[in-house]
Amino acid sequence: MNLTVSDLSVARGGVPVLDGVAFDLPPGRALVLRGPNGAGKTTLLRTIAGLQPAEAGRIEGAEDRIAYAGHADGLKAMLSVTENLAFWASVFGTSDIDAAVAAFDLEELRDRLAGTLSAGQKRRLGLARLMVSGRPVWVLDEPTVSLDAASVALFASAVRAHLGQGGSAVLATHIDLGLAEAEVLDVAAFRATPRAAAADEAFL
Amino acid sequence: MIALLLRDLKLAVRAGGGFGLGLAFFLIVTVLVPFGVGPDTALLTRIAPGVLWIGALLACLLSLDRILALDWEDGSLDLLATAPLPMEGIVTVKALAHWITTGLPLVLAAPVLGVLLNLPGPGYLWLVVSLALGTPALSVIGTFGAALTVGIKRGGLLLSLLVLPLYVPTLIFGAEVARRGAEGLAVSTPLLMLAGISCGVLALLPFASAAVLRINLR
Repeated sequence: MNLTVSDLSVARGGVPVLDGVAFDLPPGRALVLRGPNGAGKTTLLRTIAGLQPAEAGRIEGAEDRIAYAGHADGLKAMLSVTENLAFWASVFGTSDIDAAVAAFDLEELRDRLAGTLSAGQKRRLGLARLMVSGRPVWVLDEPTVSLDAASVALFASAVRAHLGQGGSAVLATHIDLGLAEAEVLDVAAFRATPRAAAADEAFL
Repeated sequence: MIALLLRDLKLAVRAGGGFGLGLAFFLIVTVLVPFGVGPDTALLTRIAPGVLWIGALLACLLSLDRILALDWEDGSLDLLATAPLPMEGIVTVKALAHWITTGLPLVLAAPVLGVLLNLPGPGYLWLVVSLALGTPALSVIGTFGAALTVGIKRGGLLLSLLVLPLYVPTLIFGAEVARRGAEGLAVSTPLLMLAGISCGVLALLPFASAAVLRINLR
């Protein structure tokens, strides 16, 4: 099932940032979002993930199929690596965390508390959560922040394996992951024409 | 949802989880009141139900801002919102976890602390019954307040201001049950009102909490 976005407008804080975004993402493909800071990549990803409503336009094939990873990893400092992953696995109704642990090289850290991990290790744990979710569409916002070169390679191979299994991914990243399956979409092309902010969006 | 409940309980009892916070506050208030008002047992007997109820209510209030703020800060609330759990279920589980870690210990500790305030014999049963019926409402209303203020830095003051007026009916009828019980009067009217309030907020507020949380997550 494709993730199809048509004529999508998104706003942040009541100010429209992107207008007329359209793409079609079939299984096995990845879409890399590019654009300068503040172009609206995060807002677009949050809208696709269903965390905020679209101003206009349609998103098809996203309902209950998205695994979202934002700037924060959503880890609990006082839970161990295994406990953190097992929690998300049971929330998403899966049980196998071994594959995710192996894919992100977390085997030696399994019993460490997440609060004692380094920033890069936390990020790897946060990305491992995507694998245990079992969701077909990964929506990733700057997934490679604080990862070293080896971890970026681990992440790229995890994404490639996910695409190989018929999954798809939308990533906002500036690092070239070397994904042959990836298309690049520059969101700057969809910049919304500035217009007066609408009434307080919470009450629309 | 059970996984979420277990995780919240596990986090509450681990270091920094704040499990004993409400209980310790309740203990301190009820220990200090006799020192403050003096050793007049007749006076203490008269004010015991009210003091115990106010102590329990404030102890509950103390931990409200942690219900959702911690999950919001580390980003897990966003991830939970995209997980296959209904938002109404998430806030209900959060309220339940808060009740188990805060409300339930208060209910169990209240009869012990009643001794310090010279609560008369028949009052103990009704004190426990009224707290057991009333504290779930405090947790659910508190979760609603936490959902309203999630994302606001230092939202504790605003949270207290929003939640305290909503706590008043529960306090009035809960303390009334305990007082009438202690004096050996019929308790059924305030007890029914208290149960009605609890059932009402349990049925309705999770939907309101989920709706404001969705707006706050944008």
